[in-house]
Amino acid sequence: MGELGSAPVPALSARDHVRGPDQAPLMIQYGDFECPFCAVLHTRLAGRPLRCVFRHFPVRSSHPRAWAAACAAEAAALQDRFWAMHDALYADQARLEDPHLWLRAEQVGLDLERFEADRRSDAVVARVRHDFQSGVRAGVVTTPTVFAGGRCYRGVLDDATLDSLSRGG
Amino acid sequence: MTDGSQAGIIAPGTAAPEFRLRREDGSEFTRNDLEGQTTVLVFYPFAFSPVCTDQFNLYEELLGEFTARGATLYGVSCDASESQAAFRQKLGVSIEQLSDFEPKGEVSRAFGAYHPDGMSQRALVIIGPDGVVTWSYLAPSPGDLPGANLIFDGLG
Repeated sequence: MGELGSAPVPALSARDHVRGPDQAPLMIQYGDFECPFCAVLHTRLAGRPLRCVFRHFPVRSSHPRAWAAACAAEAAALQDRFWAMHDALYADQARLEDPHLWLRAEQVGLDLERFEADRRSDAVVARVRHDFQSGVRAGVVTTPTVFAGGRCYRGVLDDATLDSLSRGG
Repeated sequence: MTDGSQAGIIAPGTAAPEFRLRREDGSEFTRNDLEGQTTVLVFYPFAFSPVCTDQFNLYEELLGEFTARGATLYGVSCDASESQAAFRQKLGVSIEQLSDFEPKGEVSRAFGAYHPDGMSQRALVIIGPDGVVTWSYLAPSPGDLPGANLIFDGLG
Protein backbone atom coordinates (compact mmCIF):
# COMPACT_ATOMS: atom_id res chain seq x y z
CA MET A 1 0.00 0.00 0.00
CA GLY A 2 3.05 2.22 0.20
CA GLU A 3 3.70 4.91 2.75
CA LEU A 4 1.31 4.86 5.72
CA GLY A 5 2.97 7.23 8.19
CA SER A 6 1.35 10.47 9.25
CA ALA A 7 0.53 13.08 6.63
CA PRO A 8 -1.99 15.92 6.44
CA VAL A 9 -5.34 15.20 4.85
CA PRO A 10 -4.89 15.82 1.11
CA ALA A 11 -6.45 18.99 -0.26
CA LEU A 12 -9.20 18.79 -2.84
CA SER A 13 -7.77 17.50 -6.10
CA ALA A 14 -8.97 16.73 -9.60
CA ARG A 15 -9.30 13.04 -8.77
CA ASP A 16 -11.78 13.70 -5.96
CA HIS A 17 -15.52 13.27 -6.21
CA VAL A 18 -17.04 16.61 -5.29
CA ARG A 19 -20.48 18.14 -5.48
CA GLY A 20 -22.12 21.31 -4.25
CA PRO A 21 -21.73 24.98 -5.11
CA ASP A 22 -18.18 26.05 -5.97
CA GLN A 23 -18.30 28.88 -3.46
CA ALA A 24 -19.77 26.83 -0.61
CA PRO A 25 -17.64 25.76 2.37
CA LEU A 26 -15.66 22.60 1.64
CA MET A 27 -16.30 19.40 3.60
CA ILE A 28 -14.14 16.30 3.04
CA GLN A 29 -15.75 13.10 4.27
CA TYR A 30 -14.14 9.70 4.72
CA GLY A 31 -16.94 7.18 4.69
CA ASP A 32 -18.11 3.75 3.73
CA PHE A 33 -21.34 2.64 2.13
CA GLU A 34 -22.19 -0.03 4.71
CA CYS A 35 -21.69 2.29 7.69
CA PRO A 36 -25.03 3.26 9.24
CA PHE A 37 -23.59 6.43 10.74
CA CYS A 38 -22.45 7.53 7.29
CA ALA A 39 -26.01 6.95 6.07
CA VAL A 40 -27.30 9.26 8.80
CA LEU A 41 -24.81 11.92 7.79
CA HIS A 42 -25.82 11.44 4.15
CA THR A 43 -29.43 12.19 5.12
CA ARG A 44 -28.45 15.24 7.17
CA LEU A 45 -26.35 16.65 4.34
CA ALA A 46 -29.23 16.66 1.85
CA GLY A 47 -29.89 20.14 0.53
CA ARG A 48 -27.22 21.84 2.63
CA PRO A 49 -25.08 24.51 0.98
CA LEU A 50 -21.82 22.62 1.34
CA ARG A 51 -19.23 21.54 -1.18
CA CYS A 52 -18.93 17.86 -0.32
CA VAL A 53 -16.03 15.57 -1.12
CA PHE A 54 -16.45 11.82 -0.56
CA ARG A 55 -13.43 9.59 -0.01
CA HIS A 56 -13.58 5.85 0.59
CA PHE A 57 -12.69 4.35 3.96
CA PRO A 58 -13.98 0.76 3.85
CA VAL A 59 -13.01 -1.56 6.72
CA ARG A 60 -13.80 -5.20 6.00
CA SER A 61 -14.12 -6.63 9.49
CA SER A 62 -16.69 -3.95 10.38
CA HIS A 63 -18.49 -3.93 7.05
CA PRO A 64 -17.83 -6.93 4.82
CA ARG A 65 -19.67 -5.41 1.83
CA ALA A 66 -18.08 -1.99 2.04
CA TRP A 67 -15.14 -2.68 -0.28
CA ALA A 68 -17.36 -4.07 -3.03
CA ALA A 69 -19.72 -1.12 -2.66
CA ALA A 70 -16.83 1.33 -2.86
CA CYS A 71 -15.57 -0.36 -6.02
CA ALA A 72 -19.08 -0.25 -7.47
CA ALA A 73 -19.17 3.50 -6.89
CA GLU A 74 -15.78 3.92 -8.55
CA ALA A 75 -16.89 1.79 -11.50
CA ALA A 76 -19.94 4.05 -11.80
CA ALA A 77 -17.60 7.05 -11.70
CA LEU A 78 -15.91 5.76 -14.85
CA GLN A 79 -19.29 6.26 -16.53
CA ASP A 80 -19.80 9.66 -14.83
CA ARG A 81 -22.37 8.30 -12.39
CA PHE A 82 -20.46 8.38 -9.09
CA TRP A 83 -22.94 10.47 -7.13
CA ALA A 84 -25.96 8.65 -8.55
CA MET A 85 -24.45 5.35 -7.36
CA HIS A 86 -23.36 6.94 -4.06
CA ASP A 87 -26.93 8.05 -3.35
CA ALA A 88 -28.40 4.73 -4.51
CA LEU A 89 -26.09 2.81 -2.17
CA TYR A 90 -26.99 4.92 0.85
CA ALA A 91 -30.67 4.70 -0.02
CA ASP A 92 -30.78 1.02 0.98
CA GLN A 93 -27.88 -0.38 2.99
CA ALA A 94 -29.71 -3.65 3.57
CA ARG A 95 -29.16 -4.57 -0.07
CA LEU A 96 -25.48 -4.50 -0.95
CA GLU A 97 -24.95 -7.94 -2.49
CA ASP A 98 -23.95 -8.36 -6.13
CA PRO A 99 -27.51 -8.62 -7.56
CA HIS A 100 -28.40 -5.41 -5.72
CA LEU A 101 -25.34 -3.68 -7.17
CA TRP A 102 -26.31 -4.83 -10.70
CA LEU A 103 -29.84 -3.52 -10.15
CA ARG A 104 -28.52 -0.16 -9.04
CA ALA A 105 -26.16 -0.07 -12.01
CA GLU A 106 -29.16 -0.51 -14.28
CA GLN A 107 -31.17 2.09 -12.40
CA VAL A 108 -28.50 4.75 -12.68
CA GLY A 109 -28.07 4.02 -16.38
CA LEU A 110 -24.74 2.21 -16.52
CA ASP A 111 -23.45 -0.05 -19.26
CA LEU A 112 -23.64 -3.24 -17.17
CA GLU A 113 -20.94 -5.16 -18.94
CA ARG A 114 -18.47 -2.36 -18.52
CA PHE A 115 -19.55 -1.80 -14.90
CA GLU A 116 -18.95 -5.46 -14.10
CA ALA A 117 -15.46 -5.41 -15.61
CA ASP A 118 -14.52 -2.06 -14.13
CA ARG A 119 -15.58 -2.76 -10.55
CA ARG A 120 -13.17 -5.69 -10.38
CA SER A 121 -10.33 -3.94 -12.17
CA ASP A 122 -6.96 -3.19 -10.61
CA ALA A 123 -7.40 0.49 -11.38
CA VAL A 124 -10.65 0.75 -9.43
CA VAL A 125 -9.26 -1.20 -6.47
CA ALA A 126 -6.20 1.07 -6.51
CA ARG A 127 -8.46 4.13 -6.56
CA VAL A 128 -10.35 2.97 -3.44
CA ARG A 129 -7.10 2.01 -1.74
CA HIS A 130 -5.66 5.45 -2.49
CA ASP A 131 -8.49 7.11 -0.60
CA PHE A 132 -8.21 4.65 2.28
CA GLN A 133 -4.46 5.17 2.51
CA SER A 134 -4.82 8.95 2.59
CA GLY A 135 -7.34 8.57 5.41
CA VAL A 136 -5.05 6.29 7.41
CA ARG A 137 -2.21 8.77 7.04
CA ALA A 138 -4.47 11.61 8.22
CA GLY A 139 -5.38 9.62 11.33
CA VAL A 140 -8.87 8.50 10.33
CA VAL A 141 -9.96 5.62 12.56
CA THR A 142 -13.72 5.64 12.34
CA THR A 143 -16.43 6.52 9.86
CA PRO A 144 -17.65 9.01 9.11
CA THR A 145 -14.71 11.31 9.70
CA VAL A 146 -15.11 14.81 8.32
CA PHE A 147 -12.48 17.47 7.70
CA ALA A 148 -13.98 20.94 7.44
CA GLY A 149 -13.17 24.45 8.53
CA GLY A 150 -9.69 23.40 9.60
CA ARG A 151 -11.04 20.82 12.02
CA CYS A 152 -11.54 17.07 12.14
CA TYR A 153 -14.89 15.64 13.25
CA ARG A 154 -15.21 11.96 14.12
CA GLY A 155 -18.65 10.36 13.94
CA VAL A 156 -21.95 11.78 12.76
CA LEU A 157 -22.16 15.55 12.79
CA ASP A 158 -25.28 17.00 14.38
CA ASP A 159 -27.48 19.52 12.61
CA ALA A 160 -26.16 22.46 14.62
CA THR A 161 -22.59 21.67 13.58
CA LEU A 162 -23.62 21.21 9.96
CA ASP A 163 -25.48 24.54 10.11
CA SER A 164 -22.33 26.17 11.39
CA LEU A 165 -20.16 24.55 8.72
CA SER A 166 -22.64 25.62 6.04
CA ARG A 167 -22.12 29.20 7.17
CA GLY A 168 -18.38 28.70 6.85
CA GLY A 169 -17.81 28.66 10.59
CA MET B 1 9.14 11.25 25.03
CA THR B 2 7.39 11.05 21.70
CA ASP B 3 4.91 13.53 20.32
CA GLY B 4 1.51 13.25 21.94
CA SER B 5 2.70 11.12 24.83
CA GLN B 6 2.37 12.08 28.46
CA ALA B 7 4.47 11.51 31.53
CA GLY B 8 4.27 7.93 32.61
CA ILE B 9 4.32 5.81 29.51
CA ILE B 10 7.44 3.72 29.21
CA ALA B 11 10.10 5.68 27.32
CA PRO B 12 11.94 4.60 24.18
CA GLY B 13 15.33 3.14 25.00
CA THR B 14 14.01 1.43 28.12
CA ALA B 15 14.19 -2.35 28.37
CA ALA B 16 10.73 -3.86 28.64
CA PRO B 17 10.09 -4.90 32.24
CA GLU B 18 9.52 -8.49 33.26
CA PHE B 19 5.80 -9.13 32.90
CA ARG B 20 3.21 -11.85 32.64
CA LEU B 21 0.06 -11.60 30.57
CA ARG B 22 -2.49 -14.31 29.84
CA ARG B 23 -3.19 -15.53 26.30
CA GLU B 24 -6.68 -16.58 25.26
CA ASP B 25 -5.73 -20.25 25.61
CA GLY B 26 -4.69 -19.68 29.21
CA SER B 27 -0.94 -19.84 28.58
CA GLU B 28 1.39 -17.06 29.62
CA PHE B 29 2.85 -14.33 27.44
CA THR B 30 6.00 -12.94 29.00
CA ARG B 31 9.03 -10.84 28.20
CA ASN B 32 10.62 -13.91 26.61
CA ASP B 33 7.90 -13.88 23.94
CA LEU B 34 9.16 -10.50 22.72
CA GLU B 35 12.50 -11.86 21.58
CA GLY B 36 13.13 -12.08 17.89
CA GLN B 37 10.13 -10.09 16.74
CA THR B 38 8.94 -6.50 16.66
CA THR B 39 5.98 -6.30 19.02
CA VAL B 40 3.25 -3.67 19.13
CA LEU B 41 1.28 -3.71 22.38
CA VAL B 42 -2.07 -1.99 21.93
CA PHE B 43 -3.35 -1.11 25.40
CA TYR B 44 -7.08 -0.35 25.45
CA PRO B 45 -9.64 0.32 28.19
CA PHE B 46 -12.44 -2.21 27.74
CA ALA B 47 -13.63 -5.04 25.53
CA PHE B 48 -16.86 -4.18 23.72
CA SER B 49 -16.59 -0.42 24.01
CA PRO B 50 -17.43 1.12 20.62
CA VAL B 51 -14.24 3.14 20.48
CA CYS B 52 -12.05 0.05 20.86
CA THR B 53 -14.10 -1.61 18.19
CA ASP B 54 -13.21 0.96 15.54
CA GLN B 55 -9.56 0.87 16.55
CA PHE B 56 -9.11 -2.90 16.17
CA ASN B 57 -11.19 -3.07 13.00
CA LEU B 58 -8.88 -0.54 11.38
CA TYR B 59 -5.68 -2.24 12.57
CA GLU B 60 -7.05 -5.56 11.27
CA GLU B 61 -7.58 -4.00 7.84
CA LEU B 62 -3.90 -3.08 7.85
CA LEU B 63 -2.51 -6.33 9.26
CA GLY B 64 -0.78 -7.17 5.99
CA GLU B 65 1.03 -3.84 6.11
CA PHE B 66 2.13 -4.38 9.72
CA THR B 67 3.32 -7.88 8.87
CA ALA B 68 5.24 -6.55 5.87
CA ARG B 69 7.11 -4.32 8.32
CA GLY B 70 7.85 -7.28 10.58
CA ALA B 71 5.49 -6.19 13.34
CA THR B 72 3.10 -8.34 15.38
CA LEU B 73 0.20 -6.62 17.16
CA TYR B 74 -1.39 -7.67 20.46
CA GLY B 75 -4.34 -6.12 22.27
CA VAL B 76 -3.87 -5.66 26.03
CA SER B 77 -6.64 -4.81 28.50
CA CYS B 78 -7.65 -5.61 32.08
CA ASP B 79 -10.55 -7.73 30.85
CA ALA B 80 -10.58 -11.47 31.52
CA SER B 81 -9.44 -13.66 28.63
CA GLU B 82 -12.97 -14.95 28.04
CA SER B 83 -14.25 -11.40 27.54
CA GLN B 84 -11.35 -10.57 25.24
CA ALA B 85 -11.93 -13.69 23.14
CA ALA B 86 -15.64 -12.91 22.82
CA PHE B 87 -14.79 -9.32 21.90
CA ARG B 88 -12.28 -10.39 19.26
CA GLN B 89 -14.69 -12.89 17.73
CA LYS B 90 -17.53 -10.38 17.71
CA LEU B 91 -15.34 -7.90 15.85
CA GLY B 92 -14.20 -10.52 13.40
CA VAL B 93 -10.55 -9.63 13.95
CA SER B 94 -7.56 -11.92 14.40
CA ILE B 95 -5.29 -9.69 16.51
CA GLU B 96 -4.35 -11.75 19.57
CA GLN B 97 -5.59 -10.46 22.90
CA LEU B 98 -3.57 -10.56 26.12
CA SER B 99 -5.23 -10.27 29.50
CA ASP B 100 -3.93 -8.08 32.33
CA PHE B 101 -6.75 -9.23 34.60
CA GLU B 102 -4.91 -10.69 37.58
CA PRO B 103 -3.19 -9.06 39.34
CA LYS B 104 -5.36 -6.43 37.73
CA GLY B 105 -3.49 -3.89 35.66
CA GLU B 106 -0.06 -4.96 36.87
CA VAL B 107 1.46 -5.01 33.39
CA SER B 108 -0.34 -1.84 32.31
CA ARG B 109 1.17 -0.12 35.35
CA ALA B 110 4.62 -1.50 34.56
CA PHE B 111 4.43 0.03 31.08
CA GLY B 112 2.93 3.30 32.39
CA ALA B 113 -0.36 2.63 30.67
CA TYR B 114 -2.77 2.30 33.60
CA HIS B 115 -5.70 4.67 34.05
CA PRO B 116 -6.68 5.63 37.61
CA ASP B 117 -10.29 4.71 36.83
CA GLY B 118 -9.33 1.04 36.87
CA MET B 119 -8.50 0.21 33.28
CA SER B 120 -5.68 0.19 30.81
CA GLN B 121 -5.15 3.60 29.29
CA ARG B 122 -5.28 3.78 25.54
CA ALA B 123 -1.60 3.47 24.61
CA LEU B 124 0.77 1.97 22.07
CA VAL B 125 4.20 0.51 22.81
CA ILE B 126 6.59 -0.84 20.20
CA ILE B 127 9.29 -3.21 21.44
CA GLY B 128 12.19 -4.34 19.29
CA PRO B 129 13.43 -7.92 18.91
CA ASP B 130 16.00 -7.22 21.65
CA GLY B 131 13.27 -6.43 24.20
CA VAL B 132 13.94 -2.69 24.23
CA VAL B 133 11.12 -0.20 23.76
CA THR B 134 11.65 1.74 20.53
CA TRP B 135 8.53 3.94 20.59
CA SER B 136 5.58 4.68 22.83
CA TYR B 137 2.41 6.72 22.78
CA LEU B 138 -0.18 7.49 25.43
CA ALA B 139 -3.50 8.84 24.16
CA PRO B 140 -4.60 12.15 25.70
CA SER B 141 -7.75 10.41 26.96
CA PRO B 142 -9.32 6.93 26.71
CA GLY B 143 -11.73 8.27 24.10
CA ASP B 144 -8.98 9.40 21.74
CA LEU B 145 -8.30 6.74 19.15
CA PRO B 146 -4.70 6.45 18.00
CA GLY B 147 -4.67 6.24 14.22
CA ALA B 148 -2.75 3.45 12.54
CA ASN B 149 -0.54 6.19 11.08
CA LEU B 150 1.04 6.61 14.51
CA ILE B 151 2.11 2.96 14.62
CA PHE B 152 3.61 3.25 11.13
CA ASP B 153 5.43 6.40 12.29
CA GLY B 154 6.74 4.43 15.25
CA LEU B 155 7.84 1.50 13.12
CA GLY B 156 9.81 3.95 10.99
